[in-house]
Amino acid sequence: MRAKIRPDWASIGALTLVLGLALYLFLHGGAGGLTDYAIFAGIYAVFTLGLNVHWGFTGLFNIGIAGFFALGAYTAALLTTPPPDPLMFEDFKFGGDLAVRLGHLDLWFPVALLAAGAICGLVALFLGFITLRLREDYLAIATLGIAESVRLLFLNERWLGNGSKGLYRIPKFLGDLVSPENYDYLYLVVVVVVLVILYIAVERVIKSPWGRVLKAIREDEVTTAASGKNVFSFKLQSFILGAFIMGIGGALYAHNVRFVDPSTFDPLLATFIIWAMLMLGGSGNNMGAILGAFVVWGIWTGTQHLPGFLSDPNFRFVMVGLLIVGVILLRPGGILGERRRVSGQIEPPRGAAP
Amino acid sequence: MLEQITHCLPLRLTARNVVLAGLLVLLVLALLSVVKMELVVNGLFLGAILALGAIGLTLVYGILKFAHIAHGDFMTWGAYIVFFLLGSVLPHSTGFGPFTFGYSLFIALPLTMMAVVATAIILDKAIYQRLRRRAVNTVVIAMTSLGVAIALRGLVQVIWGGGTEQYPRLSKPFYQLPMGVKIPPDWIFIGALTLILVLALYQFLTRTKMGKAMRATSDNLELARVSGINTERVVWWTWAIGAALAATAGVLLAVFQAQLFPVMGWKILIPLFAAVILGSIGNPYGALAGALIIGVAAEVSTQWITPAYKPAIAFAIMIVTLLLRPRGLFGVRD
Repeated sequence: MRAKIRPDWASIGALTLVLGLALYLFLHGGAGGLTDYAIFAGIYAVFTLGLNVHWGFTGLFNIGIAGFFALGAYTAALLTTPPPDPLMFEDFKFGGDLAVRLGHLDLWFPVALLAAGAICGLVALFLGFITLRLREDYLAIATLGIAESVRLLFLNERWLGNGSKGLYRIPKFLGDLVSPENYDYLYLVVVVVVLVILYIAVERVIKSPWGRVLKAIREDEVTTAASGKNVFSFKLQSFILGAFIMGIGGALYAHNVRFVDPSTFDPLLATFIIWAMLMLGGSGNNMGAILGAFVVWGIWTGTQHLPGFLSDPNFRFVMVGLLIVGVILLRPGGILGERRRVSGQIEPPRGAAP
Repeated sequence: MLEQITHCLPLRLTARNVVLAGLLVLLVLALLSVVKMELVVNGLFLGAILALGAIGLTLVYGILKFAHIAHGDFMTWGAYIVFFLLGSVLPHSTGFGPFTFGYSLFIALPLTMMAVVATAIILDKAIYQRLRRRAVNTVVIAMTSLGVAIALRGLVQVIWGGGTEQYPRLSKPFYQLPMGVKIPPDWIFIGALTLILVLALYQFLTRTKMGKAMRATSDNLELARVSGINTERVVWWTWAIGAALAATAGVLLAVFQAQLFPVMGWKILIPLFAAVILGSIGNPYGALAGALIIGVAAEVSTQWITPAYKPAIAFAIMIVTLLLRPRGLFGVRD
């Protein structure tokens, strides 16, 4: 009961921090800096939602988010980029050029997003099929391997992704609608719309009987199997769903920065920081996942302008690691934590522990 | 001796196993006739270094039951502490005997092993022990070790920067071995030190009380505890051995590739885990065999595949292992 009376300092602190950083960014970089921050935080929130499906709800340990990030971004980029131009010394062989072929109402954009998700889902199917029957942490090592393999593939197969030069003619979604200097505002709306759709979808799916099986697997695999659930199949579906969401995140990233190369997807900014976001925000809680993305990305970008060693990227790197360890040790639920209840219809009995 | 070894390996001398072993030897001989000998030798030395990391990793995996993701960064720390000692503390020296490095390395190495062991034990007390007492899922502990790995690597970058470094060295001529194999003299040191450490570990695990307790704990923690083994002490010894071997592996890797950089340990994590899984989790002899196989396979692959894909070879071997024999070469059903 004590937890209910005590004010939730962690949530208050996090919100204050976000508001403070938002104000700071606004004063420092103007509205542009703030929009830029919100776009990236929104894209990261898509990844934390995907990771929440993996870790927060099913207990799947994926440390190769960078692999799905890169696959999603490259899939969207290759589908929509115009064919290679010999005058620009481009080495890749295939450019889908969807932006021209499906130009009507810019329908190519949702197609690219879904295709990016589908490719990631396929890779997840392959990896999950091999590893999810085995010990839990085999998945972690396999995802680590796939992230490195994807990076090597796009780096070395220049016919596929233009090698280290990367792809830099990725089209703008609804680029004709507004002037280039105001485009960021439009894209922010796009990111928020996608994020809200994904949030609602994941919430519905998790509150369904299907989602409750996932949580049951996370808590106790043997009991779940004993009550007649095919644990492997549920884990595989959850892994594919999370990877699908991550693929969409990668595609959103590609069409925001409109440049992808293999070095974009380094473990720090494409895997570790997403883990820090989910752990801090509260794994098992979709609102927490989104909040974590905004808080950690706020800290990450906000501290760039701090004086001295505080703005040293290596120092911030250490902080990302300590944040993960600290949250697990001190506040395993993160800022928001998971609402522990069996179902949305059943209120917890009065006096029961929350 | 042979009996002891076959006893440690969970492999019976059945007709089927003998036939399988014979086929394996034939396959190896057939490959050796096609493959460039130089690549095999390179692979064996790389495999020896991997083995030092993989043996520690498999012991931690077997006894503490979680995937220790910071193991590669223990290696990085070993390499960098020696770099610091050679550059700023110990007298400058190069070209000891036939080697490129100086006698200072022989002083720096034991100091570094102690430093990394201390780090491991402090981390266990501060972090992992608390989580064990809370009885959290081992995947959460693995997750925590990912955080530790990130922080450790970040610290290396804060202290020494993100660039490539070198130990003080004096260039020496390569040794010419038969069959057109050339090896740098430093590799003799790598081979000898690995051999000594592996033999010492074998003696420790089979002859001493603590070694036997470690194997018992790895087999069955609860049973070990009720038979009066102090499992917390076993855990400490596991960290000590794992960290000392990892530190050595890091130093040898820096000597092997004649350079050190902050992500060297993280990059080697996939081959390490591949070796551990191939050799069956918890089995140090399996890890040794797995590491040698992966080292040789990665080097030999460059004869047909571009060397850029060398890091992916270990991953491919791991996937094949998981598909065909998920318990590894020496695994038994429990």
